[in-house]
Amino acid sequence: MNIIDAIEKEHMKTEIPKYSVGDQVSVSIRIKEGEKERTQVFNGLVIAKNGGGIQETFTVRRIVQGEGVERVFPIHSPKVLDVKVKKSGKVRRAKLYYMRERTSKGIRLKEKRIDNKET
Amino acid sequence: MLNGLLGEKIGMTHIYSEEGVIVPVTLIKAGPCNILQIKILEKDGYSAVQLGYGDKKMKRAKKPEIGHAAKASLAPSRFVREVKPDADADIKHGQAVTLDIFDDVKMVDIAGISKGKGFAGVMKRWGMKGGPETHGSTRHRSPGSIGAGTDPGRVIRGKRMPGRLGGERVTVKNLEVVKVDKNKNILFVKGAVPGHKGSYLIIKKVV
Repeated sequence: MNIIDAIEKEHMKTEIPKYSVGDQVSVSIRIKEGEKERTQVFNGLVIAKNGGGIQETFTVRRIVQGEGVERVFPIHSPKVLDVKVKKSGKVRRAKLYYMRERTSKGIRLKEKRIDNKET
Repeated sequence: MLNGLLGEKIGMTHIYSEEGVIVPVTLIKAGPCNILQIKILEKDGYSAVQLGYGDKKMKRAKKPEIGHAAKASLAPSRFVREVKPDADADIKHGQAVTLDIFDDVKMVDIAGISKGKGFAGVMKRWGMKGGPETHGSTRHRSPGSIGAGTDPGRVIRGKRMPGRLGGERVTVKNLEVVKVDKNKNILFVKGAVPGHKGSYLIIKKVV
């Protein structure tokens, strides 16, 4: 195996949560405030996944007080504690950048029908 | 015991620090090196240790190289350079030197041959600004004036002009050592180092 791949694998999380573009997710992030540490949750829609291996990131978009907010999370960062999928949307694109032009009702996505409950 | 080691650039990636900050790192295969020769002040005029990194194929090695390595009962090496030993270092011919010498070393200087860029213009080679791209300009990437007219009637020596760029020895100083993997002989340093993947490097402790 390539040495870089092997080294990256050592530094990657062994288990990363399953999620995909179009999912409504809540991301738990570790935040340090002075001495104290606490967990913050960022809810929103996964509109893009970028990169691979240790470089993999995903973009979550949500509307806060009428203003669109996007955050990019590196999935292998120790700051990102968990990604919980709340709903899966039915999408036909890998990048949902068209969501940026949509407002209110338009941002709703059709839910994906899950035939196999196990997955 | 020695102030430096020889190695080979593997490539770049990034790792996360404990706080979750992304640290760009270069992976360097450093050592194990063999001591080919010990130069001493009385005999050679200066003191140094000649290290060899990587095995050279016997059919590629020249006879003097083979003979030189055989004095330390070793096979010829691909990359041979000298480093300085500590005054009281316990060293002998043929001894293998590993990453152990970088125990509790925080910063290193790394020297290597930079990537050859070929014949480069002044903007790339010297960082000149060039001319305007638009507004009727035809002087896009040229250096502009290179001196006065009839007096002095020549271009001053050392004027920065287009020419060959890269492919020369470059030293990057004060690179932070992020991690040392002794089992795999891999050194992690923060930031970039000169040369392409697989190029040879000299890694020295910061004085």
